Formats: sequence, C-alpha cells, structure tokens
Amino acid sequence: MVDEKIVRYIASLARLHIETADEPKFARELEAILHYVEKLGALDVVHVKPTSHVLDVENVFRDDVIKPGLSREQALGISENTRDGSYKVPRVIE
Amino acid sequence: MTTFETVIGLEVHLQLKTKTKIFCGCRNEFGHEPNTNVCPVCLGLPGTLPVLNRQVLLDGVKVGLALRATINNFVKFDRKNYFYPDLPKGYQISQYDLPIARQGYLDIVVEGKSKRIGITRAHLEEDAGKLVHDAVNNCSLVDYNRTGTPLVEIVSEPDIRSSQEAYEYLTALKLTLSYLGVSDCDMEKGSLRCDANVSIRPLGQEKLGTKTELKNLNSFSALKRAVEFEVVRQTGVILSGGHIVQETLLWNDAQGTAVAMRSKEQAHDYRYFPEPDLVPFTLDEGQVQAVRESLPELPYVKLARLMAQYGLNHYDAFILVQDQGLADFFEACVKLPADAKKVANWLIGPLMKEMNERRIFFTGMSLTPQAMVAIIQKVEAGVISNIVGKDVLAIVLDTGKAVDAIIAENGLAQVSDDESIGKVVDEIIAANPAAVAEIKGGKAGAVGFLVGQAMKRMQGKANPKKINEILSRRLQDV
Repeated sequence: MVDEKIVRYIASLARLHIETADEPKFARELEAILHYVEKLGALDVVHVKPTSHVLDVENVFRDDVIKPGLSREQALGISENTRDGSYKVPRVIE
Repeated sequence: MTTFETVIGLEVHLQLKTKTKIFCGCRNEFGHEPNTNVCPVCLGLPGTLPVLNRQVLLDGVKVGLALRATINNFVKFDRKNYFYPDLPKGYQISQYDLPIARQGYLDIVVEGKSKRIGITRAHLEEDAGKLVHDAVNNCSLVDYNRTGTPLVEIVSEPDIRSSQEAYEYLTALKLTLSYLGVSDCDMEKGSLRCDANVSIRPLGQEKLGTKTELKNLNSFSALKRAVEFEVVRQTGVILSGGHIVQETLLWNDAQGTAVAMRSKEQAHDYRYFPEPDLVPFTLDEGQVQAVRESLPELPYVKLARLMAQYGLNHYDAFILVQDQGLADFFEACVKLPADAKKVANWLIGPLMKEMNERRIFFTGMSLTPQAMVAIIQKVEAGVISNIVGKDVLAIVLDTGKAVDAIIAENGLAQVSDDESIGKVVDEIIAANPAAVAEIKGGKAGAVGFLVGQAMKRMQGKANPKKINEILSRRLQDV
C-alpha cells in the first residue's frame, strides 16, 4: 500500500520537491503502477530459465588501455555548484 | 552468568591496480588533483555505456583461485541502487547472485593452532567517489577520480571468534593478496579496506545473534580495537535486558568509540537487478587454468617449503615470506651456494635494517646476491670483522661498488698476522701494569679490557680472536 508517507520518503531519496497537495495523487498513481506490474506474478515461471540479459551476446570486453577523458573544466562545467575543483553538494551528515 | 561467544565475519574491499578503471578508459591512479581522471562513463552522464576491462575479470579470477575458491564459469553484473552523492549514477554496478568466485578458504594460525576461515564469495564491483565534508560552509565536496576504480570484495563466513582471529585473518589475507601483484594492498591509502560484521550469542547456541556492521576500520589495530569495543557494548546491552539493533556503526579510532551512521540506515533496500548495460561473461576451463598456472607460490606454501628445504626455523621462514622479494633474494643467495641459516641471519638482521633506513626495495636495489654472499664469506673467513661487514653492506647499497674493491680502498681488511698484533699487544701490556696485575691476581675480567685497548689501537681492524690468543700467551710469559 503506497501512502503519503512512502511518497515523501521516495521524494526525499530522489531529492524531488513535491507539493503536499500532490502527495495523494502520486500515492494513487504509484499504487496503480504496482498493481499493474503485480499481474506478472500470476505467471508460472518455475521452468523458465532466468534471463540475465535480453541480448544474446556475451563477453564484450575493453582492453586495459588509457583513453583521454574530460578536462576538469569540462567535467565541472556541467554543474552550477563547484568549489576547489570539486562538485559542491548539500552536506551529507555522517 | 551467561558466557557469550563472539561471531565475526569480515568484508574486505581490494582495489585493483589495473591501468584503467573497471568500465571506462580513465586512468586508475591514486593521488591526482580532484576530478582530473573522469569521463562521461564514470560520471554517469546520460547515454553512456560501461564496457568491462578484461584485466579486471582476470585479476578477479586470480584472487578467487588464490583463496582456493570455485570460479563461476558464468558471471553477470547487477545494479545496487542507493542515493548518495559519491555515486553519480544513483547505483553501483556490482555482482549479486553470480559472483566471480565462491566457497574458498584461508588458513590462519592463532596461538599456535591452525584454523580454517571460510570465504563465502568474492565479487567484482566499482568503487565510489570521495566526499570531503565541510562543516563550516555546510556542504560536501565530491571528487569522482576514484569512481569506477575496480574492486574485489571478499566476504568471509562468520567463522571468526575473536578480535585476535580477525586480526590474523586480515594479516593472512593481505599477505596472500600481496603475492598476486594485482593490488598495492595498502590500508593507509585505502587500497585494502575492511568492514566487520559482529554479533554475540550465548555459548552453545546455534542461532546467530543480531549483528552490527562496523565501518571505517583503517588499520589492523583499528579492526582489533573496534571489534573489542563492539563486543563489550553488545554484551552490556544484552546483560541489561536490552536488544541489539541491526545497524551500521562508524568507528572513530581516535576516540575509541563507534556511532550509528544515520544516513545509511534508510538505504538498506538496494533493489538489486541484472545490469542491462553489460552482457554476461563466460569463463571456460582453459582460461581459468591459464590464470591458475600464472599464480606464484603462495606465502604459506613457501613458508613450509623454506623450512623443509633449507632447515630454517618457523620464525626465520615467517619473516622471509613477508616480502616476496626478500624470500627470492634469500633463495638466490643460498643457491650460489651459501649457508642458509647464515644468509637468513644477514638478511633478516643487517640487510632489512639498512634497507628500511634507506627506504629501498628489492627491485632496483644495487646489492646482488653475489655481493651479499661475498660479504658473508669475507666475515666467515676472518678477512673482515662482523661490524666491518655491516659497513661494507651499507657501502654496497649506497654505491653499488664491488665488495673486494670497498675493502681494499678503505683498508678494511682485518689484521691477522702475529707480528703486527704481537707488537700492539706488547705495547698494551707495558702501558697497563695495573690491569696485568689484576689478571695475575685472578681477575679474568680485565682480559677483556686489554683486548679492547688493543682493538682501539688498531682502529677496529684487528681480528679479535687473534688478539685474545696472543694476549693469553704473552700474559703467561710476563
């Protein structure tokens, strides 16, 4: 059962701002999605081999060779919050 | 009063020292300026795809085989989902139900008794970035250089029963891993990291107690101290009628305490699912066999062999195997040939001391096994004294010059001829009538004083045995 409390929890994990007035609506919609997916549970899959990947391809490797990446300016340029060559984020308490 | 048994399982993370990261071509190296070894893949930018570094898979097989584990011939990667700023994708690529290796073991020795610690699994995953917390400005700074560093996580069975066993397990594991050449295994630099799962239960009870996970154990002593702290804490909680709460604790080594990590508490539902961006991998027996054949002789096998083959005692052999280079150097010396016990004494004593002082290692060292054995032989033959031998060793390490040349150039050869020594001994006897009188009066201790005086006169280059011999003869004549 998805209630407003779960909606708030998921929103906080995803760092999304949700208006209190919208919480019941999201709870209803998420609940409906879960119900829809639950239909899969009706299938008997005891004899079905688990799918590790949808593509029938294996062993795609890369050699251990250095390739140029991004410059620090390019890497930090995509963020609005940087300091001392690092990305700046809200403080994580530990 | 109930007696409690401690149950410990260790999770060890090993950073591999491949040239590049696990899923992209960024340089995999410690100590660069923040965010200078990054690319769209390890920054988790939309539209990018990871591609597995072949060497990482092979190194993982190597670690698995060294831990006597079974290698899975079909492996896949999975997503472990959690939100944390050090993880740009919002998930870590790890391995869940099909890890690279399972069911291995490591033998440890505690209080003279051998014990086998089971290893549940070893799996491959990517490391997260580094966070620096800034309390003053109320922010955290993120460096993604470490993101995507290849890791092998080695999970032990809950077979460990004390802080001492935990310490011995980590020591044995580090030594074994250091022989493989796949990692620096440096706890200070974080290339070897350890978490401990700790619980207690009444002695004799089958069911495991509720465990807590200790993090931030940055040294061998921190592991030991943290486990001891947690066992005392849990025992106190239970004896006072409380219950243990399953949680993650952050060890503070300076304060000697552990506090609960609040932020990670909520994130225990990782919602693992198969990683759609990576196809599965297969390993045939031929590939595994090739890696098996590339394994070096492992330390505990080497230890037993050194004792059996060269008649070394456990203490000497144990020190020699702590450094693969040292053990190899030892065997190269003995094969020249040279007496095994004497070589071991010179290596463990003077050589290690001089090398540590100079912070040098066996690779690139200017001392050859031939030069080491030459020094030992000169000392044994009485050409140079033991003390001068150590000086010669130091000079070879500094200059790389030949042993004979060093002895000749610096006039270090011992004087052993009777005539030169006899002359000095006569002078000393003449100059110290009081000491001579004491010896005549039965005080043998004064002989040592006279030998010392003669040695001093000859600037330490005289053969002390010869001085003793000649002095005793002359004293009888006085």
